[in-house]
Amino acid sequence: MKYAFSFLAVIALILIAGLGSQIPGMQYLFGVVLPYLAIMLFVGGFVYRIMDWAKSPVPFSIPTTCGQGVSLDFIKQDKLECPTKTSEVMARMFLEIFFFRSLFRNTKSELHDGPKITYESSKWLWLFSLIFHYSFLLIVLRHMRFFLEPVPFVLSALEGIDSMLQIGQPAMYLTDAFLLLGLMFLYGRRLLNRHVKYISLNNDYFPLVLIFSIALTGILMRYFLRTDIDIINIKNLAYGLVTFSPVIGAKIGAIFYIHLFLVCVLLAYFPFSKLMHMGGVFMSPTRNMANNSRSKRHINPWNDPEIKPHSYAGYEDEFREFMVDAGIPVEKELTAAKDEA
Amino acid sequence: MYNKGTIIPGLVIFVLLVTSPIWLNGLKAATPPKPELPPGGEKKCVMPKEYMRDNHMKLLDDWRDSVLRDEERVLVTVEGKTYRKGLQMACMQCHSNKEKFCDTCHTYADVNPYCWDCHLTPKEAASKEDTH
Repeated sequence: MKYAFSFLAVIALILIAGLGSQIPGMQYLFGVVLPYLAIMLFVGGFVYRIMDWAKSPVPFSIPTTCGQGVSLDFIKQDKLECPTKTSEVMARMFLEIFFFRSLFRNTKSELHDGPKITYESSKWLWLFSLIFHYSFLLIVLRHMRFFLEPVPFVLSALEGIDSMLQIGQPAMYLTDAFLLLGLMFLYGRRLLNRHVKYISLNNDYFPLVLIFSIALTGILMRYFLRTDIDIINIKNLAYGLVTFSPVIGAKIGAIFYIHLFLVCVLLAYFPFSKLMHMGGVFMSPTRNMANNSRSKRHINPWNDPEIKPHSYAGYEDEFREFMVDAGIPVEKELTAAKDEA
Repeated sequence: MYNKGTIIPGLVIFVLLVTSPIWLNGLKAATPPKPELPPGGEKKCVMPKEYMRDNHMKLLDDWRDSVLRDEERVLVTVEGKTYRKGLQMACMQCHSNKEKFCDTCHTYADVNPYCWDCHLTPKEAASKEDTH
């Protein structure tokens, strides 16, 4: 029932916005107050989470490696899988952030009669994640046209590429379809893959349903429920928000307020959820550290500077008599140590 | 705090990106478009103003499909005057200035319809006639 709850939560949010925005005077709350609150929570919460992580010490050098490390000259190092230099770490991070390289290694395990377990490469998660994330990025960038005046050429060009199929008017966006497709795969995976279903929680299902509903309300607003959806009024409102002179002018349809409210919920929810992997991917010590602990000592930041290093020689000096008494072998005998002193 | 040298600049870039519309617009007030009313003084459109504001693109798309695919070249009658169905044949008979009517809103909201890949504005059509 975990997945049903996320649907109920989103339906409740839709009802709040759909009914609430129709009460006279409440448009200011849904159109101005909540967006401001949401963006402040988003930026503030994001910075807070990153600072929190930045303050957490990394006691050990813990990069994940899965390739040949630096060794003798004639053994070839796997520079991406076992980076030792900052440049190599940056190359690995770049591929991780832009191409989700670790998902490319995703495997599917199956239990057969015998019993026998088999592992097989499974690239679907990688493919659909890539589709989902890049579609989402393009959609966010496309929405910048509501906040900028004049609209930069780059954004118009992006929009042109996105609507290149020229289906219908307003022209259909490819990213709209791709985003829904990606989300359906990511959600379906959690329902149909038993291993993933077992570890899935409400906070895995909820963001997927929320983003799906945002996409769906956006699509409904753009292509189907166009009553009172005059893009000029919407841009006036959006532009007013970013120039700190917001105005609720002409009537805008309920579907717009539902869309906007769900986006506000997403923004406010973002820093306190798993969605923080957006910032977290940069902060992950298993990814952003170089595997150079043999050439460069990793000092544990927890170490108390008052506790000085205690070498074995010093230890023996301190406890030699007791060790000899107990019959423990020592490197320097009692007499030799006394002669030296 | 650890790795200040990379985390602080990274956070600054993030915040600047998220708030970029504030800096790029420079707080200057919006300039909502004022599309020009028909220079000929016509008052009535094929549909009410509110409907046209929200749905003119769908209406034009439906017209295009019905004319090109179903050959439904019926006449549109508004206030006793009849027009042939179409952007150039009907709409632009009154809204004759593309730059002062269509483009004002389209530029403001960065809408780039592909009507003009094929259609001509009255001005362009006139100049084409001259050359032929």
